[in-house]
Amino acid sequence: MTEFLQHFVNGLSVGTIYALIALGYTMVYGVLKLINFAHGDVYMVGAFSGYYLGIVGGGGEPSFFRAAYVTLGAMIACALLGFVIERFAYRPLRHRARLTALITAIGVSFLLEYGFQLSPWIRTPVQFPPGPSPRFFPPLIDFGGERSIEVLGATMPKIDLLGLGVALGLMLVLQFIVYRTRFGTAMRAVSFDPQVAGLMGIPVNRIISWTFMLGSALAAAAGIINASSRPKIEPLFGLISGLKAFVAAVLGGIGSVPGAMAGGLLLGLTEEYVAGYTDSSYRDAIAFTVLILVLLIRPAGLFGRVTVEKV
Amino acid sequence: MRFARALAVSALVLAVAGCEKKQEPAAAGQQQAAAPSDTILIGHVASLTGEQATFGESTDNAIKLAIAEANANGGVKGKKLALKTYDDQGKPEEAAVAATRLIVQDKVAVLLGEVASSRSLAIAPIADTNKVPQISPTSTNPRVTKDGTKTRPYVFRVCFIDPFQGTVMAKFAHENLKLKRVAILRDVGNDYSVGLADYFSAKFKELGGEVVSDQSFKAGDQDFKAQLTAIKNKNPQLIYVPAYYTDVALIGRQARELGFKGPLAGGDGWDSAKLYEIAQGALDGSYFSNHYTHENPDPRVQNFVKKYKDTYGSVPDALAALGYDAALVAIDSMNRAKDLTGPSIRDAIEQTKGFHGVAGNITLDADHNAVKSAVVIGIEKNTPKYVTTVEP
Amino acid sequence: MARAKAVFRSILPFLLGLPVLFAIQSVTPPDYALILVSVGVNVVLAVSLNVVNGFTGQFSLGHAGFMAVGAYTAAKITTGLVGVDLPFVPQAFSDQAIFALALSAGMATAALAGFLVGMPSLRLRGDYLAIVTLGFGEIIRSVIENMKTLGQATGLSGLPPRTNLVWVGVSAIATVVMARRLAVSTQGRALFAIREDEVAAEAMGVDTTGYKVRAFVISAAYAGLAGALISHAILLATPRMFTFVRSIEVVVMVVLGGLGSITGSIVAACTLTIALELLREFQAYRMVVYAILLIALMLLRPQGIFGTREIWDLAIVRRLFRTRQLAATGPAGASPTEVRDDSTKGVV
Repeated sequence: MTEFLQHFVNGLSVGTIYALIALGYTMVYGVLKLINFAHGDVYMVGAFSGYYLGIVGGGGEPSFFRAAYVTLGAMIACALLGFVIERFAYRPLRHRARLTALITAIGVSFLLEYGFQLSPWIRTPVQFPPGPSPRFFPPLIDFGGERSIEVLGATMPKIDLLGLGVALGLMLVLQFIVYRTRFGTAMRAVSFDPQVAGLMGIPVNRIISWTFMLGSALAAAAGIINASSRPKIEPLFGLISGLKAFVAAVLGGIGSVPGAMAGGLLLGLTEEYVAGYTDSSYRDAIAFTVLILVLLIRPAGLFGRVTVEKV
Repeated sequence: MRFARALAVSALVLAVAGCEKKQEPAAAGQQQAAAPSDTILIGHVASLTGEQATFGESTDNAIKLAIAEANANGGVKGKKLALKTYDDQGKPEEAAVAATRLIVQDKVAVLLGEVASSRSLAIAPIADTNKVPQISPTSTNPRVTKDGTKTRPYVFRVCFIDPFQGTVMAKFAHENLKLKRVAILRDVGNDYSVGLADYFSAKFKELGGEVVSDQSFKAGDQDFKAQLTAIKNKNPQLIYVPAYYTDVALIGRQARELGFKGPLAGGDGWDSAKLYEIAQGALDGSYFSNHYTHENPDPRVQNFVKKYKDTYGSVPDALAALGYDAALVAIDSMNRAKDLTGPSIRDAIEQTKGFHGVAGNITLDADHNAVKSAVVIGIEKNTPKYVTTVEP
Repeated sequence: MARAKAVFRSILPFLLGLPVLFAIQSVTPPDYALILVSVGVNVVLAVSLNVVNGFTGQFSLGHAGFMAVGAYTAAKITTGLVGVDLPFVPQAFSDQAIFALALSAGMATAALAGFLVGMPSLRLRGDYLAIVTLGFGEIIRSVIENMKTLGQATGLSGLPPRTNLVWVGVSAIATVVMARRLAVSTQGRALFAIREDEVAAEAMGVDTTGYKVRAFVISAAYAGLAGALISHAILLATPRMFTFVRSIEVVVMVVLGGLGSITGSIVAACTLTIALELLREFQAYRMVVYAILLIALMLLRPQGIFGTREIWDLAIVRRLFRTRQLAATGPAGASPTEVRDDSTKGVV
């Protein structure tokens, strides 16, 4: 029982990260029908911006203020990055075949990954690009005393608990934005039919830009939360997480916000239980098998709407 | 408009193709010019980008250092040394192409690399056919220097092999630490890790111990708690984690977060200043086997550590030390060789005996593996402390 | 008569190509040989993936998985039969015969894998299909990493050096002939119809799933061939050679060449492979330059080098060969892949 609970806690902690990244994939997919392959790398850049912001400002001591400053700063930096990527790499190709934009997405992804792996040009106040060796992400908050709490024999680090809280908060904010604001309504309209939305007076380009920025900011938040709990950052660490988050988004039904959250948590928990109770060397294989089974039973994902194609 | 664009793209394509055409004669000319000149070219195939870039980078840094030192001391046979490094992105196919290019086009005298066994295996046949000696700094898989049952004539290494290192830790855990129940957490995608884990497991069982759990992960994973929770429930006294420091630091932290109090153990992949920086004390009480210790008062070691630190701003890891040794062996052999052709250098390398390297004294055995002692290093207060030496 | 002509058209490229290949084989220095081998293997990969991604409009990301299946099958056969000689023939011939057997077996098992993967997953569309094929590719790799007989992470080493430029050239010609013959056949028409509009194709009586699975199986078989060739060129088969990044590289070649354009795939495969080799001097900057090149090329020419058309459909080439009556190729008119596909509505 304790073991089961411990696995649940662990899976939840990983699942929230997947869910936050998956939200970015799913929103961008919703409005553009584009798999933003560079999203996992935006997540990586988010963690690195947090790392750099922690060095250049915010005082040396861990504090709540410092955590908020670093997180918000990284979110803003990544939102800007998302804006730039969309404006220059995707917008010129918007009316082209979807695979075309996918290739530029791959290009952007390579550019970020390999660009960050170069040895530093700038050495002070920060080393940029960071180069390939992993870096330690300093703690943002000091809880003092015990670093984790114990529930029914399962231990949960407080930082994970906080991360979970922040992630849930962000998801609620997102849910509010998408369903309760004018921007959200416009976003859903663009997602439904961009041409008609344009005819209705919705500034489609601006909505798409904002959607990108929102998704990228969420990825940055995921990067900070992950790095606080597992403090090792390196230029390629977004690759696998990005891929897994993409799987989560598809699992939940790509284009659906609740689907991305559910998909992320489900994938995190599945991986956890598979690795915990069976042969962990088949972890990835089994996680993918689950995904394939789900998709074969529900081809549009868990929360995806099955569309009947009208001719 | 469309036509104009098509034309522009075709022009681009032609330009690229044209570049290649033009380079061919130029490169050929350089080769002829380079052969009699007063520099000796040393080739290095390294993963400068990709998942294992950090390992390729430290090896390359150390080799550069060794070559600069040799040049300061007058070079080899009155000639200066030069290094040419090609990136292989961590892919075996790329390593093969890069090695071929270094040997055939750049005409290197000696080939250094690769870090990983899977890529050294791709290079080894090329070194053999072209009769250019290859010295791998850190490829520990026994098959690297073997072609079936016979030894590859032109392939050498300056590190010990998996069977030795795996058994060192198994013996240490059983005899020195007096442990009976251990668990293994291996990186299933990495031949180094799988090899060490297999030999450790076999030896530990042979000594009468018990392996209660054998879990695995993949390099690049961020979360290891699923495996660690499963391991902890089996109550092992020690967890053997033969992986690179990039993953081990997080594994150590997460093991402690889950309340595992016992020691962790590993191999030379642990040795890096980054391990302590990221683990932040989580690995206290753990042990790993290594080629050397930074505390070694030997001036050669101290000199290397200091120079590396001055040049690159960090303490050298095991990969750097072995890369440095590989370059030193190559330079020493070239000095001893009667001329600078592949076969003569090969013979000289084969006779390497008791060579005083940074990471131990190197004697190459009949299988072209370095025979040297291993040291066991313990971690106390987040710093490495020498514990004992294990002879082969 | 028409049949005889078709057979002749399939054989002619080999008759013309073989002497050229032997000539190239005899004059190429070894350093260029390995690069040419990887160019040829990439041509096989790109053209075969084009059958699924370009002709049929299905987005597959699992090509590397099929490569792995082909590579390991062939490697098992050649290493198992090393030292075995066929009676009554010279040893060199016997080696080549065994290699031919290994290549065919690699193609067969890859095709089987393609069938097993394609059968359930081709009911899915678009990105769902992409993720499922990617998943299967990773599953294949994961299984290999766990199998002792396949050498786990180290893989199989010490394969006999059998791949030469003739084998690679013949394979590339075979792939191109296959794709070309497919494109102008009834089968190919059905595939194009599926790409243009799956619902309409089905309404016209095209067995869409059946055709998709067949295209998938053919493509997988040639991926297996490519895997077998490259593993016998570098004498090694390890799981690291067949990651999903490899699949992505092939997709890049196909899209860059133009979806559905065979000559486009060939040109893109050659250009990218050679460009990467030329960029090797840049060391760590190589991939950065490559990434920028990729983005720039796509922005400059979004429909790919030749669009959905072939090289001889380009206006400039047509003008050069005005006299010849051109055989009908692919769908004429506006490139269909440029139409935005809004069939799967998002549900934000």
